[in-house]
Amino acid sequence: MFAAANCSHRISIITGHYGTGKTEFAVNLALALAQAGESVMLADLDIVNPYFRSRERRDLLEAAGIRLISSSQACSDADVPALPAELLAILENRDIRGVLDIGGDPVGARVLARFQPKLIQEDCQLIYVLNANRPEVRTPESAIAYLRGIEATTGLTCTGIVNNTHLCGETTEAEIRKGAALAAAVSQETGIPVLCHVAEERFASHLSDLPETVFPITIKMKKPWE
Amino acid sequence: MEKELWKGNEAIAEAAIRAGCDCFFGYPITPQSEVPEYMSAHLPKAGGVFVQSESELAAINMVYGAAGAGMRAMTSSSSPGVSLKQEGITYLAGAELPAVIINCMRGGPGLGTIQPAQGDYYQATRGGGNGDYRTVVLAPSNVQETVDFVQEAFDIADQYRNPVMVLCDGLIGQMMEPIEWHPVKKRALPPKDWAACGRKGRDHHNIITSIFIAAEECSDHNDHLTAKYAEMEKNEVRWEEVQCEDAEIVITAYGTPARIALTALDTLRAEGIKAGLFRPITLWPFPEKALHTLAEQDHVKAFVDVEMSTTGQMLDDVRLAVEGRKPIRYLGRAGGVMPTVEEMIDLVKSALKEVK
Repeated sequence: MFAAANCSHRISIITGHYGTGKTEFAVNLALALAQAGESVMLADLDIVNPYFRSRERRDLLEAAGIRLISSSQACSDADVPALPAELLAILENRDIRGVLDIGGDPVGARVLARFQPKLIQEDCQLIYVLNANRPEVRTPESAIAYLRGIEATTGLTCTGIVNNTHLCGETTEAEIRKGAALAAAVSQETGIPVLCHVAEERFASHLSDLPETVFPITIKMKKPWE
Repeated sequence: MEKELWKGNEAIAEAAIRAGCDCFFGYPITPQSEVPEYMSAHLPKAGGVFVQSESELAAINMVYGAAGAGMRAMTSSSSPGVSLKQEGITYLAGAELPAVIINCMRGGPGLGTIQPAQGDYYQATRGGGNGDYRTVVLAPSNVQETVDFVQEAFDIADQYRNPVMVLCDGLIGQMMEPIEWHPVKKRALPPKDWAACGRKGRDHHNIITSIFIAAEECSDHNDHLTAKYAEMEKNEVRWEEVQCEDAEIVITAYGTPARIALTALDTLRAEGIKAGLFRPITLWPFPEKALHTLAEQDHVKAFVDVEMSTTGQMLDDVRLAVEGRKPIRYLGRAGGVMPTVEEMIDLVKSALKEVK
């Protein structure tokens, strides 16, 4: 439903400032695509974060029929920026819907640069995830600076903004609306459309007045006590 | 106050800047590299000095130099890197220099793993360096506490002219949490009239040293330090008790396991099991008297100590406080694997069965 309408491109590349919730969005997007009957591969290309990576949800993803591609190292905890050769399967097999979960900031997005010549030949979208509660991207100016930095590093053009504003367990509807305002300001300045607002299922029905779609999610990247 | 979403490590760095940290010296190591990264970007803008040193040894000795000149100095690392800093920490203690040291613990021994652990409790509380010395060890269990404690650590260090360690596990450094930048209470601090920062008309030179060659002189110095440590024990001990008023089983845990224990308590209490949590916030000074008092209560039947360490490091302090009054069961996971809510619940239940 959401996935087909809003992430209609074959490959979705999830980027943003670190800590904005890219992985939570990527995992939920992959699950939504799989639920819609698509053949999905999720690539965990996070070479920045040592914890809270989508590869930690391998069992959940595989149970949903999603193929997870992560570090080429046998040990998923290894602190090395090794990229999986299997990634090419997403780029070359046009029957596959790909979700690329990229590490934070321009430095994390650097992994994409070597695939840029291939990516621009494919039907793909570079998504910029925004969280208005992250101090370094809370203003339109700073959010756009990170966005442009990621574009410059990857050689790709951003085609959609995702408002993923939250405060972990303390999220309120007002927080999501604050993020919607920031996303609108970034959109107005850059001309890049807002793709959706991410909201835990409990908030989704209260946000139907927002001009863009609401993507209802359930939290998958939980902390050990949650 | 508006909340913001911060990653533990970047919040540590920002807290230090807000506390007036003048100098940061560090070397990257997972899972704390965001601390120097953030410092490199933001400390110079705040008028401070950031140096990425050539090693952890260099970093701690730069801290010694800066602290000796009266600067607020900090370094951060993770377990193997903190091991390298131990010599510098004993020198800081011996020379009575204030400094803040962050240890964002990972699995060991040796290089271990980059995943979170608590295997450095002994090192932090017993002194990994040589000689008779103590460091105040603050152990936050969420990002908000970490932010508050880092700011306070600078004041504690200055008050006693002693290194202070903020000991968190890798998870606290790596996780995102909402925090607010509320004001942290500032202490009335003595002037740094001991600092070696120019003679400035004094009739004597200030000398920073940990060497006291004459035995009598070194003995006096140790007596002076010991008296200072007694003051710290009297004034700085902190802990939290959750649902201990009627608890039959008390979990002892700090940092992330204490956080996990709170979820276990919810489930246990919902099932009618009277469980509580005793959480040391300062690991040194350890809240020995408070735990001793709790152990004397008739309603307390047993303790369950939970740590991200398999050798039972805090368990030693728990035993010393409980003094055999009640049985103590132990749950330890190390090497980057965390104890789970279910494991805690099971152990509390089996401990209860044994004593009932």
